[in-house]
This record gives sequence, C-alpha cells and structure tokens, in this order.
Amino acid sequence: MTEFFINFPCFSIILALLASAVSTLLGKSAARRLTIIVCALIFCASLCTLYHVVCAGESVTYMMGHFPAPFGNEIRFGIFECIMAATFSLVMVLCVIGGAGSVIERIGGFRQNLYYIMADLALASLLALTYTNDIFTGYVFVEICTVAACGLLAARNSGKSISAAMRYMIFSLIGSGLLVLGIIFLYGITGHLLFPQLKESVASLWASGQYRIPLTAALCLLTIGPAIKSGLFPFHLWMPDTYSTALPGSAGILSGIISKGYIVFMMKLVFQVFGTEIFFESGISLIFLVFGICAMIFGSVGAIRAKSISRMNAYSSAAQIGYIYMGMGISAEIGMLAAALHIICHAVTKSAVFLSSGELIRVSGGKSDFFSLQGAGHRAKLAGVVFTVGAMSMVGIPLTMGFITKIYFARAGITADGMTLAVLLALAVSTVLNVVYFLKTMIRIYTPQKVGSQEHIVTGAPKGKMLAFSGLVLTVLNICLGLHCEPLVQLLRRGIEMI
Amino acid sequence: MKKDHKLVRMWKEGDWDLYENLNVYTGRPEKKNRKLSFPPAPMPETAKAQTRAFYRLFTVLAVVLCAVLASSLIISAAVMPQFGAVDAPAVNQVYLRYADRWLADTGATNIVAGVILNYRAFDTLGESHVLFAALCAVMLLLTDCRDDRKSITRHEPLFNPRKDVIITQVVKILIPLILVFGIYVVLNGHLSPGGGFSGGTIMGAAFILYAAAFGFEASERILSPRVNKILTAAALIFYSLIKSYSFYTGANHLESFITNGVPGRIVSAGLILPLNIAVGLVVCCTMYGMYSLFKRGRT
Amino acid sequence: MIHNILHNYLFWVSMIIFVIGIFMLALDRNLIKKIIGLNIMDTAAYLFLGSLGYIQGLSAPIFTGKTMGQTGSELFINPIPSALVLTGIVVSVSVTALLLALTVRLYKKYNTLNLDEIIEAAGKEEDDD
Repeated sequence: MTEFFINFPCFSIILALLASAVSTLLGKSAARRLTIIVCALIFCASLCTLYHVVCAGESVTYMMGHFPAPFGNEIRFGIFECIMAATFSLVMVLCVIGGAGSVIERIGGFRQNLYYIMADLALASLLALTYTNDIFTGYVFVEICTVAACGLLAARNSGKSISAAMRYMIFSLIGSGLLVLGIIFLYGITGHLLFPQLKESVASLWASGQYRIPLTAALCLLTIGPAIKSGLFPFHLWMPDTYSTALPGSAGILSGIISKGYIVFMMKLVFQVFGTEIFFESGISLIFLVFGICAMIFGSVGAIRAKSISRMNAYSSAAQIGYIYMGMGISAEIGMLAAALHIICHAVTKSAVFLSSGELIRVSGGKSDFFSLQGAGHRAKLAGVVFTVGAMSMVGIPLTMGFITKIYFARAGITADGMTLAVLLALAVSTVLNVVYFLKTMIRIYTPQKVGSQEHIVTGAPKGKMLAFSGLVLTVLNICLGLHCEPLVQLLRRGIEMI
Repeated sequence: MKKDHKLVRMWKEGDWDLYENLNVYTGRPEKKNRKLSFPPAPMPETAKAQTRAFYRLFTVLAVVLCAVLASSLIISAAVMPQFGAVDAPAVNQVYLRYADRWLADTGATNIVAGVILNYRAFDTLGESHVLFAALCAVMLLLTDCRDDRKSITRHEPLFNPRKDVIITQVVKILIPLILVFGIYVVLNGHLSPGGGFSGGTIMGAAFILYAAAFGFEASERILSPRVNKILTAAALIFYSLIKSYSFYTGANHLESFITNGVPGRIVSAGLILPLNIAVGLVVCCTMYGMYSLFKRGRT
Repeated sequence: MIHNILHNYLFWVSMIIFVIGIFMLALDRNLIKKIIGLNIMDTAAYLFLGSLGYIQGLSAPIFTGKTMGQTGSELFINPIPSALVLTGIVVSVSVTALLLALTVRLYKKYNTLNLDEIIEAAGKEEDDD
C-alpha cells in the first residue's frame, strides 16, 4: 500500500504546476482557495512519502519517463528531502492563509489570481529543487523560483516595492548566471547531468587530478551561485528593501522558504555531486564559515541600527542565513544537521514574525517605524504574542525551537577542529546582539501609549481569523518542536546520512 | 479629426507645446504632490571628500575582484577538454545511447526533439512554465491596478496606428505565409529542425505583425484576451497531464499505450507531436500577450 | 598545451564575453545596460555550452535517411548541449521580458533609468499604494 506513495512527489510537482495553469481561468477567491487546498494536499502527500521512506529505510529513485538514470530524468527522495518538502508546503499554506487579508486589501481585481499563480509556481519550483536528481532540471526550476519570487514582490504596486524587486532580480540573476556557468563547466569535464553519475566522475577526476582547474572553478561557481541567491553576507544588501516593502505574506514566503530552497539545492549539490570530502578539502567550507560568521555579526548590527520593524526583521533574516552557512561550513555530520534543523526553524519562525509584524503595522496606522508601534501589542494582542514567541525563538530562549538549533550549532562548533573558538564566540556575540534588538522591539510594542497621544487609524478591514489561524499554528508548532525535538532530529540525522 | 488638425497646425507653428499639454490632451489628471526631490541636494565638502576616498578604495577593490574573477574563468575555460575532440568526456555512454538507439526509443528523426520531449521531458515542462511565469509576472507589473476599463479605452486611439497603405497591403500578403510556415515548423518538429518553441515564436510574430499593422481591434477579433488566456491554460494543462501519465507509467514500469509509430511520418514519435503543438500554442500566446502588454497595458 | 588553448578559442572567448556581460549586469548604473549585460552573459554561457557538443567531422543530429550503414555515433554530434541551449534560450528570454517590464514601470514612475537615482527617490517617498 505504501508503495503507491512513491508517486506522490512527482504528483505534487505536477499538481502545483497544474494549479498555476488552472488559476488563470478562475476568479480571485477561487484561486486563493485552490492554492490553499493544493498546498495542504502537497503537505499531506509529503508526510505520506516520508512515512514510506522511513519504513523503507533508503531513498527512492523515481524515473521521470521511460528511461533509467543517465539517459532520462529522475527525481530522488529520502528522509531529508521529504521533511524539507513538508516544511516548504506547510509554511507556504500558512503564509497564503495569513497573508490573504493584505492581498485582498492591497491587490485589486484580477491581479489577485496572478499573485496566487506566482505562489503555486514558487511551491512547484521549491519541490522540484528539493526532489531533483538532475542538475539542469535544478537550474530550470531555480529560474521559475526567481521569476515567481519577483512576481510575489512586485504584486504590490508601490514604487518602493518595484525598485526593491529590481534590485532583488539583479542580485538573483548574477547568482543564476554563475550557477549556469558552473553547470556548463561540470558538463564539459564530466559529460553527465544526473547526480549519481556526476558524483562518480567528479570523484575520479579529483583523485586523478585531471582537469583540476575547471573542476575547482565548477565547485566554486556551483556553491557561490546559490549562496548569492539566498543572501549570504556581502550579497544581502537587497534584503532590507525587499522584505520591508513586500506584503506580509510575500515576505514570509520569500524569507521563509524561497531562500531556503536555494540552500537545500546547494546542500544536495554538496552531498550528491561533489561529496563532503571534496567540499571540505577544497576550502569552500571555510569560506562559508567565515562569511556565515560575518553575516551573523553584520546582520545583527544592521538590525540594531534599523529604524523600522520590517527592516529589522530583514536584517535578522540575513543574520539567520549566516547561521545556516556557518553550520554548513563546520562539519559534514553535526554541522549539516544543525544547518538543516535551522532551515526548518527559521522557515517556521520567520514567517510567523513577518505575518505578525504586518498585523502590528496595520494597527499602527500603516507605519512601521518604532515610534508608531508603541503599544501595538495591546491593540493587536494575538499578533503581539505571536511576535514575542517568534522573537524568543530567534534569540534562542528555551522552550522554543531556536534554542534547540542553537544547542546543535554549539555542539557542532565544539567538534570543529581549529575554528571552535571563533564559532562559539560568534554564537555568543550574535545571541547577545539578537537579544538587544528583539528585546527593544518587544518593550516597544508592549509599552502602553501615553494618554492623549496620536489616535492610531487602523488601516484596512481586519481579516483577523485567517491571520490568527496561521499565527497560532506556527507558534504552536514552534513551541512543540522546542519541547520535543528529538524525533525530528533523529529523522534528520538519518536523512543526512541517506542523502 | 478637425480638432487634431488644428492642434497639429498650432504645434507646427510653435503655438502649442506638446509636452506641457500632454496631460490635458489625454485627460489624465496631472499628479500633484509628487514627493520626489531630485536631482539630490548637493553634499557638503567634507562628505564629498570622504565619499571620494571611499569611491577610490571601492574602485580599486572592485577592479581587483573583477580581474580575479575574469582571469580564473578564462583560464578554466582555456584548459577544458579540447574542442571537438572525439575522446572528450561529453562523448560518453549517454551520447552513444542517444546517437545509436534514439530512433528505436523515441521514433523521431530529429534527435534534439527526442531529447527535449522524450528523454528529458521534465526540463521542457519546467521551461514552458518559466515562459508562463514571466507572462504572469509581466501582467502583474504592467496592467492597471485599478480595474478601470474606462481609463484604458480612452487611451486606445493613441495605440492604434493610422492605416498605412503600404504596410497593410504588404502585411496582407505576408501574414498567411508566416502563419503557414510557423505551423509547418511546429508540426515538423520531430522530423526536421524546428519544434514547438521556434514554430510558436514564428506564429506569435505573425499575430504581432497583424496587431502592429491593423491595430488591436482587428487582432482582438482573432486572439482576444479571453482566448489567449484559455489557450495558454489549456495547452499547459494538457502538457502537464500528458506528461504525468508518461512519468507515472515510466516510473512504475508499466506499458504506456502510446507507440512510437513509423519514423518519418507526421503522426509518429509518440507524444512528441502533441507536446510540440501544446508548446507552440503556449509560446505563440505568450509572445502576443507580452507584445500587447508592453504596447498598451493589457493582454 | 598552448596548442590546446589555441584550439579551444571558442571556450575562452565565450568566457571573455560572459565576464563583460556579468560586469555590465552588476556594475552599470543604467537599467537598460544591465538588461543588455544579462543578455550578453546568457548568450556567452550558451555559446560555451553549445560548443561543447561539437565532435570533429560529424554533422547535425537530424536523421536524413542517407546513413549508408553507419551508426549514429559516426554521423551526429552530441545532441544534449543543443537541447540544453534550447531550454536556456527560453529561460533567458523570459527573464529579459520580466526585467524590461520592471524597467518600464520604474521609468513611468521616476522618469529616470539610473538605478542610483531610483533607489534614492524611492527611499525618500512615503509608502503609497
């Protein structure tokens, strides 16, 4: 019976693509409902597939077409891929539900179903990136993801969001250009496009030393390309403008899952194309470690200096991406495990933070600077609670999932040879910096306003129920995972061995 | 018409400034209170000196970084396996299988069509959806945010060309030829160079030429926004459904009822012909839709 | 070695063009030039990819029926790079269309094509919808 579940990943990708095509013909509320139903179905499907793979004990390779590995396309999924797909679809459905209110309010008429088409395409491409076993398929779906992310950003018609979308596209396309060049170099020296064959060829080329220069160039390009796209340290400059001008739902989708999709794709490249030995031998891991630490520090410093809550959240995202890259750079077992855990934690937490910030901004007259936000926690109680729990998770306070991931980062740091002091110091410093800006914000939103100060106009109609639902679900998930994370950790550990 | 002639005469004589009166003529309200302030305010001297020093440092670093990137890429490319070598890594078992057994596997005489629509069909599925995604994103950006049909139709005369005799007569002869050629390229995708993408572009070009020569009213009678939308969606849905059947039967090692037929005939090569037609329709509608969006802000 | 490098002129020339394109995309201030740079970069990448498929002495991968008993691997060049380039060109066109639409919107709003001026003007204006 569970044998049938191996068809689900292929069906999920096709279902998401179909939903996007069908949404052109539907009205706006029908398109929204279709997106929500499809994302929920894909979430259930990923859980079923996860169950099957856990029972089977090894990853499943699924032929896309009638021809086996090097002659046709394939997708491959193990525990890691299924967990990531489940996370992406869950966060997508909650962001669409929670962001629906602001979409109805800000985007008019038939452009709403264009927004949901972009969301469906983003989910389809993220699933394809997670499941792919072929490097060129990965590139094509990376491009779909880029176009869909730009569409989600530019849906809001203000000049600021369009100029932010332009900057995002420029950075993203530089990353894509380097990625495609890496793929071309790799094809030139190996002649293969599918991961298993690529891994054999790359291992033999590395051992023999033939074509060492193009191979190193391909390795650099294939790791730096997705790193640029997901916003690692010097390339995070697009984040503050982009996340602060996007709709709350879009910001949640972009920061929560789209940047993580590129990181998951790169993790698959590292494990299944180059192999962790080459990755750590060549020194790229050291570059990730250094830039990750810089991102943690500079992102947190930027967040402290930010003048509005959305820019603060954006810089905080840049810092959290730095954590993930630092984890990837430390070691192949615990470091990658910590990075994978943090991907899930950040996806769940950041989307909750962006959705609740959107609500807090709405009850403060549409202004996002800290002065206007005073007392917002009392005006929108549930949003304040969701934001508080999210902030606690970002900092790493016990009872939330952020605490668990920080423990694993520390454990990974202890096993790092040579860089232990730097890693632990960076963790400590960034935690302190996180506390500074999140505590400041929490105090701000819970300080009651002085009597007689400016009346706050609540802009727009409240779509409270949907936002409350997603905020609550994300918060509850966060706390549950914070209390009882062992099963997930064990699953991920097995998953990473299986990749 | 008379009013136009009077205005043109006044403009030629210099009595009427076109730019100043643009808002009045089109009836669009002039946007007041634009909170923009450029050119930017001039910087104080100390700030200028600091920025100059920063820009010098930035320029030096940028040049060094660019030189490193450029030289590493050029050197890596120069030491690649020799161009055209028979023993290059790319000439491996995959190439041998495609080159020797493609006719039995796919039934198409055009090997590249067999590769993109049979061996690696998943890539092409993604590729058609990139085109569709770009069309939707351009629609999001360029269509009017208010659903104000009135404001759109008032601008129509500006976008419709005057009926020029030379253009209309030449286009009347050319368009049937272009369309037939486009359809030929799509239908022969599996037999000769061509396929859905190139044929679809040619067909789209025919429609664009028609809209450019005769105006959008005429071209909308054939390819109205509604037809455009329905065609694109139907073609993409057809592609996804057919390919999911192919993936399902392939992965579960079932026999699919689609045969490869006799190579060289039009109706052969299994699914490649229907997929080419679907892709051709998607590309044609997308090209025309993008032209329409860029020209007048709606499909 | 030098002979090899000279023989591979297509590869490193396409890299020079790629580098020109990516620097235009990243460093130029005019939006239209950035889009042109993107196109140059993509075209150079696909030139590189397409030239990887060539095999000396063989011809295009279309079966014309005049094989005279030779197997495919003695007649046709590698079809895979051609297929990948087909996909890549479509992706490049789609992204160019998207960027051009963004440029049109930005120009209509801010009346300038200089990215610095646009960012400065956007930073100053208030959040309006």
